[in-house]
Amino acid sequence: MTWQQRLSRFDVRAAPYLYIAPFFLLFALVGMFPLLYTGWVALNRWSLVTGNQGFIGMGNFAYVIDQPRFWDAVVNTFSIFVLSSVPQLILALFIAAMLDANLRAKTFWRMGVLVPYVVAPVAVSLVFGQLFADQSGVINTLLGTVGIDPIGWHADRFASHAAIATMVNFRWTGYNALIMLAAMQAIPRDVIEAAVVDGANRWRTFLHVTVPLLRPTLIFVVITSTIGGLQIFDEPRLFDTFGLGGPDREWMTVTMYLYELGWAGQRNLGRAAAVAWLLFLIIVLFALLNYAITRRIASTEARPKRKGR
Amino acid sequence: MSSVAMADQLAGKGAARAAARRKHRMEGGVRSPGWVTYTLLGLIVCISILPLYYAFLLSTSTAADIAQRPIPSLIPQGHFIENVSRVLNAGIGFWQALMNSIIVSTITALSVVFFSTLAGFSFSKLRFRGRNGLLAFVIGTMAVPTQLGVIPLFIVMSRLDWIGKLQAVIVPGLVTAFGVFWMTQYLSEALPFELIEAARIDGCSMIRTFWHVALPAARPAAAMLALFTFVGSWTNFFWPFIALGSTNPTLPVALQLLQASYFKDLALIMAGVVLATIPLLVLFVFAGRQLVSGIMAGAVKG
Repeated sequence: MTWQQRLSRFDVRAAPYLYIAPFFLLFALVGMFPLLYTGWVALNRWSLVTGNQGFIGMGNFAYVIDQPRFWDAVVNTFSIFVLSSVPQLILALFIAAMLDANLRAKTFWRMGVLVPYVVAPVAVSLVFGQLFADQSGVINTLLGTVGIDPIGWHADRFASHAAIATMVNFRWTGYNALIMLAAMQAIPRDVIEAAVVDGANRWRTFLHVTVPLLRPTLIFVVITSTIGGLQIFDEPRLFDTFGLGGPDREWMTVTMYLYELGWAGQRNLGRAAAVAWLLFLIIVLFALLNYAITRRIASTEARPKRKGR
Repeated sequence: MSSVAMADQLAGKGAARAAARRKHRMEGGVRSPGWVTYTLLGLIVCISILPLYYAFLLSTSTAADIAQRPIPSLIPQGHFIENVSRVLNAGIGFWQALMNSIIVSTITALSVVFFSTLAGFSFSKLRFRGRNGLLAFVIGTMAVPTQLGVIPLFIVMSRLDWIGKLQAVIVPGLVTAFGVFWMTQYLSEALPFELIEAARIDGCSMIRTFWHVALPAARPAAAMLALFTFVGSWTNFFWPFIALGSTNPTLPVALQLLQASYFKDLALIMAGVVLATIPLLVLFVFAGRQLVSGIMAGAVKG
């Protein structure tokens, strides 16, 4: 074998691994390692300023679990998550159904619903924080003209969650509608037509044929919005100027609590790491639960076999 | 047409007639929408745009005006330039933040596209042991909430003395699982094996084959991936906020600073919001179509 042939053989053998190596290297360094190392930091007394000050076992976890504020943050996070994901998915489904019709200027409408996606959550939060201002906010003023008393968007716990959820919905509904639209268009037309020919009206066709066939897409959207939604930080952080989640932490989320422990108040990275691990556990459990529920819901409908692909 | 014929076969004449009757509403199997659909969609697009227009209106106004009139007049006032120049002189380093955002987003987008295409080429077109397992691993990592690793990441970055420096934000985003998955999917369909074999027979090394055959074939998907990465990087807040801080901010971090230091001056804050959003809106005007088809293409595969 000549030198050149040998080189060429090595090239064929090594190249595949070499080309995928950057991803695995980077993931190991900035994904896997930090996540695992978080567990180690959580077991130590670890200050932001002075670093590791020794092993304390489960001390940080015990501290965090003992804080009512942590559990408040968990409740807030879930409340905001439910308020943002459930209406958002339903709305996105209907927008997708409308976009699926034989529209004029299709691209215009599709782009139109996607505009909010290019606005940074930080900017969205600054604008909506003002729209939802307690005094002299647009929404309260509009409510006043129809005779409804002003709502304490920054004072009432539930109202603040609704306002923050609105920001999330504003940014992501159109995006998810396009995902569902694509999935709808992948449904073979003859399946829909068969239902129509069988005498199902438009609504029943949508509910009993289209929605069940969207199952894989719905599961995908639910899982991704769970992972992202439970880590929410930007919108609640900028909802008021102090960034602590309200005078009584009405809208403080778990990630905000993590930040407050680690960087803002106590500067205690060990306790912050304990929060990160607990949130990780919560996300994994909840994603699995959501997966189970979505499967259930979407499969209780009769589901015809997908043709073609 | 085919649907009527099919109904004829499957359900007899009556159903065929019914289907034919329905045909004027079902162009090619898709119903034509009425004015209700258009009105609703128009309303949704309005809701998508109104908050931005509201921010713009406030940015053309003065703080005193805003305090007096909760609902601004729909016609812009004349103070926009004045508010913009106040943002530029607000001591938040606006130009620096803009430059930082451009640098971070551009480098991240280019790098993600390059490394993802490289990995996608390997996963979709080269044969090697453990390929399926490794690809499954890549997909699995998409479900890992890596944001929760911020604490060790911060500790490592401080050891490297990278806190406050752009590389702290750039390096963790150099290649993404989503990108690798995306390019693998695209290349497995768009790049014929024959082309690769032809290049190999002509004596191209693997890397030359990648550069001259795979990369050009990947261009449409690469453009979409670059767009998504750019938008994601531009709007990212949590990690830049922790890693860069106020001394060397990106635009979202600078906006947070603006809010923290001038919270009563809404005209100023909204001018900042408008300035920070304009670059992406311009991008959207030119590339929004690609974003739409990118999201839709990703959905069918994902």
